[in-house]
Amino acid sequence: MKVIYTDSLVIGGGLAGLRVAIAAMQRGFDTIVLSLIPAKRSHSAAAQGGMQASLGACVKGEGDDEDVHFGDTVKGSDWGCDQDVARMFVNTAPKAIRQLAAWGVPWSRVRGGDREVIINGEKVTITENHEAHGLITARDFGGTKKWRTCFTSDGTGHTMLYAMDNKAIELGIPVHERKEAVALIHEDGVCYGAVVRDLITGELIAYVAKATTIATGGYGRLYSVSTNAVISEGIGTAIALETGVASLGNMEAVQFHPTAIVPVGILTTEGCRGDGGLLLDKDGYRFMPDYEPDKKELASRDVVSRRMTEHMRKGKGVPSPYGDHLWLDITLLGRKHIEKNLREVKEICEYFLGIDPVKEYIPVRPTQHYSMGGVRTNATGESPTLKGLFSAGEAACWDMHGFNRLGGNSVAETVVAGMIVGEFVADYCEKSSLNVSTSTIEHFVKTEEKKIADLLLREYGENPFELKAEMQQIMMDKVGIFRNGPHLEQAVEELQVLNQRARSIALRNRISSANPELVEAIRVPKMIKLALCVAYGAMLRTESRGAHAREDYPERNDRDWLKRTLTTWPDDSADLPEVSYEDLDVMKMEMPPGSRGYGVDNTIHHPDTEKRIAEIEEIKKAHPRADRFELQQLLNPTPIPEKFKGKNERIGRGYK
Amino acid sequence: MDEQARVLKFQIFRYNPQKKGDKPRMVTYEITEAPGMTIFIALNEIRETQDPSLQFDFVCRAGICGSCAMVINGQPDLACRTLTANFPDGEIKLLPLPGFELIGDLSVNTGKFMRAMSERVESWIHDREADLVNYDELEERMDPDVAEQIYELERCVECGACVSACATKRMRPDFLSAVGFMRLARFALDPRDKRTDEEFYEIMGNDDGVFGCMTLLGCEDYCPKDLPHQTQIAYLRRKMAMIR
Repeated sequence: MKVIYTDSLVIGGGLAGLRVAIAAMQRGFDTIVLSLIPAKRSHSAAAQGGMQASLGACVKGEGDDEDVHFGDTVKGSDWGCDQDVARMFVNTAPKAIRQLAAWGVPWSRVRGGDREVIINGEKVTITENHEAHGLITARDFGGTKKWRTCFTSDGTGHTMLYAMDNKAIELGIPVHERKEAVALIHEDGVCYGAVVRDLITGELIAYVAKATTIATGGYGRLYSVSTNAVISEGIGTAIALETGVASLGNMEAVQFHPTAIVPVGILTTEGCRGDGGLLLDKDGYRFMPDYEPDKKELASRDVVSRRMTEHMRKGKGVPSPYGDHLWLDITLLGRKHIEKNLREVKEICEYFLGIDPVKEYIPVRPTQHYSMGGVRTNATGESPTLKGLFSAGEAACWDMHGFNRLGGNSVAETVVAGMIVGEFVADYCEKSSLNVSTSTIEHFVKTEEKKIADLLLREYGENPFELKAEMQQIMMDKVGIFRNGPHLEQAVEELQVLNQRARSIALRNRISSANPELVEAIRVPKMIKLALCVAYGAMLRTESRGAHAREDYPERNDRDWLKRTLTTWPDDSADLPEVSYEDLDVMKMEMPPGSRGYGVDNTIHHPDTEKRIAEIEEIKKAHPRADRFELQQLLNPTPIPEKFKGKNERIGRGYK
Repeated sequence: MDEQARVLKFQIFRYNPQKKGDKPRMVTYEITEAPGMTIFIALNEIRETQDPSLQFDFVCRAGICGSCAMVINGQPDLACRTLTANFPDGEIKLLPLPGFELIGDLSVNTGKFMRAMSERVESWIHDREADLVNYDELEERMDPDVAEQIYELERCVECGACVSACATKRMRPDFLSAVGFMRLARFALDPRDKRTDEEFYEIMGNDDGVFGCMTLLGCEDYCPKDLPHQTQIAYLRRKMAMIR
């Protein structure tokens, strides 16, 4: 049995994983990153649009600060997020972006003077302050009060990931590529690393560690059409679930992005609309102002996706062999802007659609995009139930996104969570010693060996590719943008059948080394379990919140559902997860539940909401001279690591 | 639609070094073309319906991650964004990218090569002061044009097409190649990187570096991101020639 020891094992080499590894390494701990692929190819690279941080340097960002960013994030989450975490996040984001600037990201900068932009379909001249010249600039994104999304032309994720991986290389952090964690090693509620399969040789290796961090991204590929990379299959999340001890949070919270191209589902960035692009229907009519007169195309993602779907249901979609779609019009932005700031979009249109977006409309449709749910962690990034198991980034339900994530908050989360959770991982490595018996390690390796041996021996059985396709279709048809009881019940029933069938997968290519079919056979049963968590959670949640939209329960119901779904899978032979709920405490909220300002507000309020609003007023009255920092401390004291507690400086405003 | 669909003929290089006694060979697969079909879609269909052992690498399938470069009818390119409709005779021959360690079939180990390249050129900002920066303070300013110019050179996705198309690399196994030069040009341009020209000379001032380039410029011809390899190699060579 091959065993590799380290202090901090990180599963996943995207932005979040690399940042956690860097934090542990800088604190003097041995760290290893496992990755399915070369780290620079991680899905983080696909984030074209930008990263939110309230720097307030560009003129349309003036007046922005942590509090405004906090408000947007909480509202965007439909009050489903953990406000402690959202607070830690918004306070740390400006530091994260400045650190990345020092590490080499060529953020686009403010250019003092006049420039022409498109706002609400009109050409407008805005004047950037000369004193802000050369500072990091920002663009507009949906659901934000200020222009806060910092970017590098059209390659934000790419440049962030390259800078981060380069930093990891500088620090000598080993990235073990083409390795897949297939099970976690744990005993008595403590995690000790993972059983890992070498995707080339097929060898199983035990990576034994004090702290294990899951940073494997989202589970978008549970759906047949997703903007996600093909590796975003949720396997890291699934191995946490399979411990039976760690819980997953809010798995039913799945975001659909308004503008993926039809039919392949590749994303065109929100920056298209942020920079002034419009959504048009089959008559060339701009319909969003009719639905959302205030934010129009730049309403929150879940809202725009639903409005588009509604509009298509009214027969206003453009028919195509692949079903109806709508148009994204960026022609009004002009060639120069598109070729510089939206070049990736232009390339995608040219290569995959054969059109020139400078002159032609882009066929788009809402498509699965982001997983708000994931490995449930507390504010330190650690699983509340499995010690030594951490998670960061999209894989985690750290829970700053609640039921809907704002555009630009995902790459921001990866690096901010990486920084913060990385410190807690290092703390954990510092105070704990590794006490795990070799027989335990052996037990976990043997279990996985046996599963693989069984797969290789079975002569007749299910085809893993077919099982996966069936699962993806069920999720697509029945657990999509709009959901309802009967469909969700059917989905759960059908997925349970698939879960049983997945126990008898047989292979045509029966070799244990490099074997794509074996990889699929190992993953698919895990994916079906995750799909069950999503569908079952969605079936049980009889309200609409953020991206979880129930046609049969259209109102947000704070009275009964202001709580986080927790899913565990304690019995491996079961066909359903166990579901429990964790209340969100209104009386501790810095920002008590209110209206997001979209459509009709039909919220069923929580009995504590009014009490908390009154209490906050009392606190404000009792401290008339408190500044925004003091007030925030009174309302919501958060456990930000010492390193990141400082106030953030802004141009023209200092540290106020 | 079905009546007009063509049958595509894929000839694919097959060899699994992990399998004892396996020999390199070309295998032909036929599939029915679908509208908008890319090589990504086609290869997955072949794997799922005809040969589940077929190895290839895709990640983003959108032309941004650089995983899927392979030799397509004799020319290196990103397979994910290559439409099958581009081939009028419906015959597509696929080979793994030369110049890299073969993992199996169409999969090559670009990751190992690129990590070694990054270590060799020290692909990070060199600044002794960087770790002393207080991130609460305003970031250091940068000219907006300079930021854009750096990004233009940082668009490389490490796909390896330039390496596979490089004749010098074929003759000199340790040749740094265009991907390495582009990275150096990017850091040489970046005011945050405090390395001197002399320090850059230590990295590339030899025949495995910028002086070895025979200027055949396969890199320029085959870069899927249209990076300015020709200009940057010429620029670096001139810069380095001035040193000694």
